[in-house]
Amino acid sequence: MIVAEQKPITEIAELIKDCKKVLLVGCGTCVTVCLSGGEKETEIMASALRIMREQEGNPIEIKTTTLVRQCDPEYIEELADSIKDADAVVSLACGVGVQYIAERYMDKWVIPAQNTKFAGGALEHGIWEERCALCGECILHLTGGICPIIRCSKSILNGPCGGSQYGKCEIDKNIPCAWQLIYDKMAALGRLEEMMTYQPAKDWSKYRDGGPRKVVREDVIIE
Amino acid sequence: MKIGSKLEKILESGEFAVTAEIGPPKKATGEGMRHHAKMMREHVDAANITDCQTAIARLSSIAGGLHLMAEGVEPIIQMTCRDRNRLAIQADLMGAYSLGVRNVLCLSGDHQKFGNHPESKNVYDIDSMHLIKLVKDMRDEKKFFCGEEIKDNEPRFYIGAVANPFADPFEFRVRRLEKKVDAGADFIQTQCIFDMERFERFMEMVRERGIHERVKILAGLTPFKSWRGAKYVQTSVSGMIVPDALIERMKNSEDQKAEAVEICVEQIKHIKNMKGVHGVHIMAIAWEDIVPTIVEKAGLYPRPKVD
Repeated sequence: MIVAEQKPITEIAELIKDCKKVLLVGCGTCVTVCLSGGEKETEIMASALRIMREQEGNPIEIKTTTLVRQCDPEYIEELADSIKDADAVVSLACGVGVQYIAERYMDKWVIPAQNTKFAGGALEHGIWEERCALCGECILHLTGGICPIIRCSKSILNGPCGGSQYGKCEIDKNIPCAWQLIYDKMAALGRLEEMMTYQPAKDWSKYRDGGPRKVVREDVIIE
Repeated sequence: MKIGSKLEKILESGEFAVTAEIGPPKKATGEGMRHHAKMMREHVDAANITDCQTAIARLSSIAGGLHLMAEGVEPIIQMTCRDRNRLAIQADLMGAYSLGVRNVLCLSGDHQKFGNHPESKNVYDIDSMHLIKLVKDMRDEKKFFCGEEIKDNEPRFYIGAVANPFADPFEFRVRRLEKKVDAGADFIQTQCIFDMERFERFMEMVRERGIHERVKILAGLTPFKSWRGAKYVQTSVSGMIVPDALIERMKNSEDQKAEAVEICVEQIKHIKNMKGVHGVHIMAIAWEDIVPTIVEKAGLYPRPKVD
């Protein structure tokens, strides 16, 4: 999933300080699962902002809604009525949702309530970790199912570098060295010798370095 | 002989090589580097110029190399993958070669988190293994990294790489060194050795695989000015092993600097007898002035002459 983390409430309050009517839009997918932008978090944020403004003697009218997902035009359409009189829209989705609303409603000022962090998963309740770089060309079959592109601080393809010690990355003792993990996994598989294979440089054109990306699936396009 | 740099000639002739490290300054002058170069020019065969070491913006390694050349010291320019993509790396290699630089050391580079611009974006377009192959292919295949032909005047470098016997997983360190040799490394400079027993084991594995016959290995050594410096490296620098005994010895000495020289000289004498080690690389960090003393005391002076 996409993991996101809410911006500080004071930052959001500052961004909407000139607004009288605001629409808060939650999202029902990733950010609901990672507990940062679902229905519950949207209601809590709305209450917090209302109280802050009340205390400042400058009350604000806040409406809330949570869409099935914000990364689909079909659901963004549902905002057509509720968005009308809003001075600003605060999206609690990832960066995709913010842009979808902004693109659909040209006359609306859309504000991100979240810092979109990464594609990852939960380690335990309340802890999420990055797993995928979304690099566009998966090589996990070469590295025992552990991604060096995103989990190695230097994205090294022929690791581990000389900074790997006691299983940890040189940049932080709390970060496991991806190449140590790969080594351990390859050892468990009896495939250590494969680590001697020179892995050629990555074709970054499949990543964002090739420009904004698009996937077209002719077979599922509805005429 | 692949390219005929002084370093290559010394190593290929079977002489025990001596290289040192000169760190560029955080200012736009080559004065300090030239001073150090002048001091050690009779004592070292070549000197490394670090490439924004510990990710701190400094005078560039190539420019530093020119300052050294002006003082009669052959440079080994260090090149990391942290700050340049494959375009910039090849541009810099051609530029450096056109100016007379003949040795390059390929490294991945310290992560920018350690430096004075932790907010910067790192590059890591290619890794150190790719970099070695890139330099080799430019020289031996006359090809750019993309495969395109270099019509003439290809850059011809003596290719260095690094190995860290103190990083983990230990068993894989020798194999990774071998991978670098396969990729095209001509010489290796190791991370600073303080744990001699571990280095012995490392070299034993190197010899078992016959790697020392395919590449020239220079053992990295660092004299500490004070026991505090040693303690700092022991506790704060990943991939280093500093035994307590060494710190204690420094701590208990009356003259720490003299003790540091003594330790380094002992290390060199020990390493000189180790089969498969072809030289030493002295990294006297922020203490370049001491290099001639160490070289003399270790019996490595005068340096052999090559034409």
